[in-house]
Amino acid sequence: MFEKTVALQAKYAVVIECASRNQCKRSFVSSQSLVEIRDVNFSYDQRPILNGINMSFGKGKVVAVMGGSGCGKTTLLRLIGGALKPTKGEVRIDGQVIHELDMAGLYAMRRKMGMLFQFGALFTDMSVYDNVAFQMREHTDLPEELIHDLVLMKLHAVGLRGTHNLMPAELSGGMARRVALARTVALDPMLILYDEPFAGLDPISLSVVGQLIRKLNDALGATSVVVTHDVQESLKIVDYVYFIAEGVIVAEGTPAEIVASDKPFVHQFVHGEMDGPIPFHYPVANSYAQDLGVSA
Amino acid sequence: MPIVKSLRAIGHRSVNSVWRLGFAARFLALTLFYSGTSFRRFHLTVKEIFSSGVMSLIIILVAGMFVGMVLGLQGFETLKRYGSESALGSLVALSLVRELGPVLAALLFASRAGSAMTAEIGLMKATEQISAMEMMAVNPIARVVAPRFWAGVISMPLLAAMFSAMGVFGGYVVGVVLIGVDEGSFWSQMQGAVDFQHDVMNGVIKSFVFGVAVTAIALFEGFDAPPTAEGVSGATTRTVVQSSLAILMLDFVLTAFMFRGA
Repeated sequence: MFEKTVALQAKYAVVIECASRNQCKRSFVSSQSLVEIRDVNFSYDQRPILNGINMSFGKGKVVAVMGGSGCGKTTLLRLIGGALKPTKGEVRIDGQVIHELDMAGLYAMRRKMGMLFQFGALFTDMSVYDNVAFQMREHTDLPEELIHDLVLMKLHAVGLRGTHNLMPAELSGGMARRVALARTVALDPMLILYDEPFAGLDPISLSVVGQLIRKLNDALGATSVVVTHDVQESLKIVDYVYFIAEGVIVAEGTPAEIVASDKPFVHQFVHGEMDGPIPFHYPVANSYAQDLGVSA
Repeated sequence: MPIVKSLRAIGHRSVNSVWRLGFAARFLALTLFYSGTSFRRFHLTVKEIFSSGVMSLIIILVAGMFVGMVLGLQGFETLKRYGSESALGSLVALSLVRELGPVLAALLFASRAGSAMTAEIGLMKATEQISAMEMMAVNPIARVVAPRFWAGVISMPLLAAMFSAMGVFGGYVVGVVLIGVDEGSFWSQMQGAVDFQHDVMNGVIKSFVFGVAVTAIALFEGFDAPPTAEGVSGATTRTVVQSSLAILMLDFVLTAFMFRGA
């Protein structure tokens, strides 16, 4: 037990040191895929959301999935997390088809995953400390002294060691997101899912969260999937980008390729143009003149 | 065709109600199935006993006191007509132990703790805390629902007992201290009339059943609430309404079985 404890402490110490100094080399980057999405279709009732999606997330990579609101990004994340079952196709994580796992198998797989929710989803009846310690207490037999050290290390990595006694209601939006990030990586997940991690943050918090996503991914040797529509921030930190529109992948590539893309959709999205393939006006049956009751 | 529309709406509502009933039954079965955590890690249940049981104590004790006082006053006025003022103790005690204690304590518990449970779980759902727990491979039924369920079931009989005890004290204050009924006959009549097995235990069984009903309704409504402000508020209202009706209906059924011909 003692050797295990020491080994764990050493491991965490390296990870946290690495993350906080901003000197990490990518510790584990390979071309092998951790997540494979093959020909996935998904519908809510009769309404198609995703159609023939093929994606691959390499180990050690940070991959962004972008698209307008309601294009199916979060649905994709929920498919990867096993919360939804595709109507067709398969989602493989570490070689296993996630939606074919039974409850025990799914929970075993989820122990190797972390997910950061859009607004943090911190447990409001627990302190910051207890939020970060939550998974350690639920899934490990670590002694409380070691959990204490690990929690402080995780909080230190996101720059919020001093908040461990606070309640979530006492944190700002950006701080809550960082605490949630510390909780997400509490058990060193191999796969980290981010659902709109930049939503509602001020520019400083946004940049901090962006950098933490990159650093923690590299320090842990994990794979990260970032669902977002924040183009500028995500292009700074990701290795690869998928664009989804109307349930299909309309573009993909490295950040440099995306910025240079001349595809109308990508161009409109990256440059935030008002009109383009995504129209400004919601489709309407009548003409403007008809609706106003004037003859053309 | 308005008639067809109405019929369709009635049919839709009926089918939905049956579905919800099925979901509720499944939810209760899952809660019982995953109850092991509540007992293995009893501190989770104790924490909930504090927030649903201990925090309800004030309202239960105060309400019990006043109900007992009213019983003392009304009972004395009625018994005086027949010259049976000395039976006031048994009237107060039997009314409280058999009926008013379990029923009123359960109604107050539903309003105070049941609504809080629904709102808390509904908000946890709306703020994705339940989803976060699932993504952390922690079963929310085992971790969130089951401890609250057992906390409610354990708290309810204790609260009902305290309600009755305070009620008896309130009856004593009004009957003996203020009106002047003989103290000896007040207590001795009570002791002679109240049977532990028939009256007290049946009251305990009633409050246990009410505890199961109120807590199950509150937890299901919270878990099933649409994740919006309106959804949570609607679920909280439904908890109070459904729990109150369930308590009164169950009380009739239980009374019919327990005290028929007694």
